[in-house]
Amino acid sequence: MNRNGIEFSDAQLQEVRRLQGLYPDTRGALLPVLHLAQDAFGHVSLEVEEYVARLFDLSPAHVHEVVTFYTLFFQAPKGRHIVSVCHNLSCHLTGAQDILRHLKARLGIEPGETTEDGRVTLLAVECLCACEMAPMMQVDDRYEGGLTPAKVDALVDALR
Amino acid sequence: MSAPAEKILTRNFHRPDSHTLATYVETGGYTALPKALAMEPAQIVDVVKRSNLRGLGGAGFPTGAKWSFIPKGHAGPVYLVINADEGEPGTFKDRYLLERDPHALVEGMAISARAIGSALGFVYIRGEYVQPWRRFRAAVREAYDAGHLGRGFDVVVHQGAGAYICGEETGLISSLEGKKGWPKLKPPFPAIKGAFGAPTIVNNVETICHVPHLVNRGPEWFARLGTKTQGGTRMYSVSGRVRRPGVYEAPVGVTLRQLIYDFGGGVTGNGTLKAVVPGGSSAAILTADEIDVTMDVDGLRNAGTMAGSAGVIVMDETVSIPEALMVVARFYAHESCGQCTPCRESTGWIYKMTERIVEGRGRKEDLDTILDLSKRGAGTTICAFFDGAVGPYISYIEKFRDEFEALIPK
Ligand SMILES: Cc1cc2nc3c(=O)[nH]c(=O)nc-3n(C[C@H](O)[C@H](O)[C@H](O)COP(=O)(O)O)c2cc1C
Ligand code: SF4
Ligand code: FES
Repeated sequence: MNRNGIEFSDAQLQEVRRLQGLYPDTRGALLPVLHLAQDAFGHVSLEVEEYVARLFDLSPAHVHEVVTFYTLFFQAPKGRHIVSVCHNLSCHLTGAQDILRHLKARLGIEPGETTEDGRVTLLAVECLCACEMAPMMQVDDRYEGGLTPAKVDALVDALR
Repeated sequence: MSAPAEKILTRNFHRPDSHTLATYVETGGYTALPKALAMEPAQIVDVVKRSNLRGLGGAGFPTGAKWSFIPKGHAGPVYLVINADEGEPGTFKDRYLLERDPHALVEGMAISARAIGSALGFVYIRGEYVQPWRRFRAAVREAYDAGHLGRGFDVVVHQGAGAYICGEETGLISSLEGKKGWPKLKPPFPAIKGAFGAPTIVNNVETICHVPHLVNRGPEWFARLGTKTQGGTRMYSVSGRVRRPGVYEAPVGVTLRQLIYDFGGGVTGNGTLKAVVPGGSSAAILTADEIDVTMDVDGLRNAGTMAGSAGVIVMDETVSIPEALMVVARFYAHESCGQCTPCRESTGWIYKMTERIVEGRGRKEDLDTILDLSKRGAGTTICAFFDGAVGPYISYIEKFRDEFEALIPK
């Protein structure tokens, strides 16, 4: 029935229903379910938005307006790993620009871009609220601090 | 101050197992909840009022007073919402609490819920905080298994998706309802009409972590730890050009000088202090000779800045203030939700102007334009985001004007 292969498994659908049941209005589960959808389908394409909209009985426009508001939802394919370098004040004061410059050269891409092999998406982001470990970045789920070019190389090289 | 003050919120942080139920219980955890359940809700509100606890998320509003705004005898549901969307640049205390003492928040929530008559609480955790979210979720499961939750009070752990404005309480509520995080005009205040249209109390993580201690040790004990108008200790996040960046718990009457030199270990860079932001990036900047202030809400307000989220960002003599303002301005331009014209337009333009000043392409009138946009826009917007941006815009320029002018071609 679904043209694009965009469909949750039965277990995932059960999780959707569980999440929707936690809120006084099912719509409260929209962000958690979009996280789930991004994990399942890689990114939140227009087709994913339509699919999720149907699960919530919302218009696709409502879901689109939500998806585009938040930085953690990707509307286009992203790399297998996300490297987000903080460039806010405390990281700026401790060398964030050097870290970012180093990473751009090392990966050969600008913030917002993905390496050609699809391995890494590089982002420059606002305060991740771990300023005590500045300069710092987020590598997928992990926070990494006290960065130096050598440490950054080791972290990035370990990504497959 | 002489002897190091007692640690309350951070007392277990040195223990690798501080996040577990076993450690929490071993160190006196979950003894306040049964006491609170035996009290009348109004008694709990009274304890919080007399303690002089003030909100630690940013605005510093008295917590007991906020709780008493819930309409008396309200028939429908009342919600307790915990603001764990920590996003104010320079602040990282709530992350420590979620990771290292999650049960303090669970117990604090259960007590607070009794006080305001709530059967359902939400914890809104910023999307980037994946590890803290896992830790907190695990603690909630432990608390259910041990019977501390689920008997008249349930907790839903919610994940945000990356947007600073969802830290603003009405933006947070919009987001929790599954919408984009647009703040709403107040009134109505959330206590009257909040999440899902019901009376709602929004409190910061740290604020609620204090509550079990208030019940156990009494409001007078807590009030005495602080100043005349604010009780207790709070967690100061210290970062930037400082020898020992970290989170430090101290009485709210601690001075900024003590935080920089005694706790933070002094200034790095060239070793001489130039300026410091005392309460997260939205607080007005202070110069090196303005650091003998107490870090309570009123002490910093009298000094022309704010306690905010207690994020202390230190800058030494070698830091370029115009460059620092450009970084800060980029943040506000990026995070404006776009609803209000003064905020949407000014944050973008001001970032562009600070950028061209730093790049040596500034125009003579730029500084006055920034000041003018700031002063005319302040207080005209739906939420306090723009007022927060104006704090740095005005103070950086007014206190370091020479440095900006030196970069502008004659
Ligand atoms: C732009 C903006 C961002 C905010 N961000 C946060 C935040 O990240 N965490 C927080 O607890 N409060 C934040 N606040 C304050 C909340 O609106 C609200 O006052 C607070 O959560 C209430 O809790 P408290 O009384 O315990 O401090 C922010 C306010 C504004 C205007
Ligand atoms: S002040 Fe700015 S962030 Fe707040 S509602 Fe208006 S546009 Fe949005
Ligand atoms: S400024 Fe980088 S984590 Fe806060």
